Amino acid sequence: MSGLDPATGRRPNGAAFTIAGVLLAMGSLLIWQGFAIPDKGGYAGIGSGDVPIFVGACLWCLALAHAWSGLRQSGPAMPRQQPVPILFITAGLALQLVLLHPLGFSIATGLLFACTAAAFGKRNFALSVPVGIGFAFAVYGIFDQLLKLNLPAGLPETLIFGG
Amino acid sequence: MSTFELLLQGLSTALDPMILLYALIGVTLGTAVGVLPGIGPALTVALLLPVTYGLDPAGSLIMFAGIYYGGMYGGSTTSILLNTPGESASIVTALEGNKMARAGRGGPALATAAIGSFVAGLLATLALAFLAPHIVKLALVFGPREYFALMVLAFVTVSAAFGDSTMKGLTALFVGLGLGLVGIDGLTGQARLSFGVPQLLDGIEVTTLAVAMFAVGEALFVAAQGEAGAEKVHGIKGSVAMTRADWARSWKPWLRGTAIGFPIGAMPAGGADIASFLSYGAEKRMTKYPEEFGHGAIEGVAGPEAANNAAAAGTLVPLLTLGLPTTATAAIMLAGFQQFGLQPGPLLFATEPELVWGLIASLLIANCMLLVLNLPLIRLWVKLLTIPRPWLYAGILLFATLGTIGLNPSPVELSMLLLFGVLGYLMRLYGYPIAPVVVGLILGPMAEQQLRRALSIAQGDWTTLVATPLSAGLLILAGLALVVPMYLRWRGRGAVLAQLAVAED
Repeated sequence: MSGLDPATGRRPNGAAFTIAGVLLAMGSLLIWQGFAIPDKGGYAGIGSGDVPIFVGACLWCLALAHAWSGLRQSGPAMPRQQPVPILFITAGLALQLVLLHPLGFSIATGLLFACTAAAFGKRNFALSVPVGIGFAFAVYGIFDQLLKLNLPAGLPETLIFGG
Repeated sequence: MSTFELLLQGLSTALDPMILLYALIGVTLGTAVGVLPGIGPALTVALLLPVTYGLDPAGSLIMFAGIYYGGMYGGSTTSILLNTPGESASIVTALEGNKMARAGRGGPALATAAIGSFVAGLLATLALAFLAPHIVKLALVFGPREYFALMVLAFVTVSAAFGDSTMKGLTALFVGLGLGLVGIDGLTGQARLSFGVPQLLDGIEVTTLAVAMFAVGEALFVAAQGEAGAEKVHGIKGSVAMTRADWARSWKPWLRGTAIGFPIGAMPAGGADIASFLSYGAEKRMTKYPEEFGHGAIEGVAGPEAANNAAAAGTLVPLLTLGLPTTATAAIMLAGFQQFGLQPGPLLFATEPELVWGLIASLLIANCMLLVLNLPLIRLWVKLLTIPRPWLYAGILLFATLGTIGLNPSPVELSMLLLFGVLGYLMRLYGYPIAPVVVGLILGPMAEQQLRRALSIAQGDWTTLVATPLSAGLLILAGLALVVPMYLRWRGRGAVLAQLAVAED
């Protein structure tokens, strides 16, 4: 699903074909998985595997429609996209994903906070990282301690709230 | 018991001090988050879902309803003071409201929006209360085929009937339907598309998908536009109070907006956007001051605002009585119900009457609270609009991930958040609607179950789907909703439909 390349935004006509390819792949996956299910459908005549096959076939049709429209008309002009902010935000989310369990909620989420702020132009990490960790820590306090949400604890959380 | 008695009983539940506190917290949070630019009602509800995890079902659902109504009020403030084209349900409000704010009449614009929302919310909630028992009775004769036909109709209206392209809407819908197939099949227990990953057996969480597509996708999209997208906030100059002339020009649009909005919300015919757009069109035709339209006509704020709140209450009719979410916001609300093992539908009225009627009664109370919160305290909310964008979006992403982590702190869930966030960004970039993905994800498996049940009952005979006039009629309606817009677009009349795009809820 994430196989689309943002860079194709400059060639909108190509974008339709890329999207068609992705839909084709997704449809094929559904059809393959649908046929892999050994199910005869019982009384209904359709079983677990048949709806995936139907949805997959519809995705194939939509892929065809995309390819057809890509041939016939060029897409609208795309506003120019800045790649750096996107990298900052995805990197922040990835960092949080990796660090959440080893370092706990506050540090991992604080780094996501700082990365997002950087994506919107606040590149001063000496300020945004402590602010982010402090804010995330306060959120941890409210949600984990008060609202009984189960958030992964790290060193700071264990030290203050005793895990 | 009559509806009136049930409603009174609900009021006594809702007037419990703890419940009142929950409702107050709900409307306050809902307004605060709804005011933030770029956050519509669907995202407000999705972001605040984790706040309710730790509470008991009654309190949490009532807080939730407050959040929903609060988000609707907050959104109008944003679109009047800050011309944000992204705020779907209030987008029409922005047409006239922002012009009024530019002309220094922001105060009366906010007042007519708030009072209009209040009037509409009150009337529509009462209509919900009196209509619901009848629909529940009707629902008892519904079999699987009628439910299936209703769901097909909801699929078509949310994806293909409005917006600028049938193809894009259907693509979004089928991506959602495909994602909905992941996990264990509810009828046979067969694992599908889980590829041996245990976390996928539960299926894809609606909240994860909604938060990823709306919050992460939106943050990526706004960030990728660079500095160009920043908009100027128009402060409130002068008094918030409406003049006698403002009142005289507002009260009819409020009532007309309610009359247009509620039925549209209650039938699966698109969400609040459609209602507010139609109300705007009606006001424009009926006004005595046509020259003011496009330059800040108060009717153009009063009508659509009333319509979108009435539609919001209207979407609760199919949600509560049939368990059928017809908008992205309703889909997330359904997820909120399901976290407590409650399945909205006719049965809920029989098994948990205190809960249902308490919820409806507390909607009335939440409405009154919102009027108080939004009129005298409006200047406070406006301050939220001045939060610098880096901190604002950093905070949004923090809360977006909080919901997912609180639900299930697994790397698989967070990877999905990242993946769907990027997908949401790309869909926004190429002009695909987001709401059909969310509705497809939650409604898809329900529709599949009803279809297979209907076919099981008929021993595999497909004509059973059109064997009753009701199911046949609904399917024909769905077919028309698919074909007529395609024909209109083909004839070059698509511009109107594009304006009606269901952007978010």
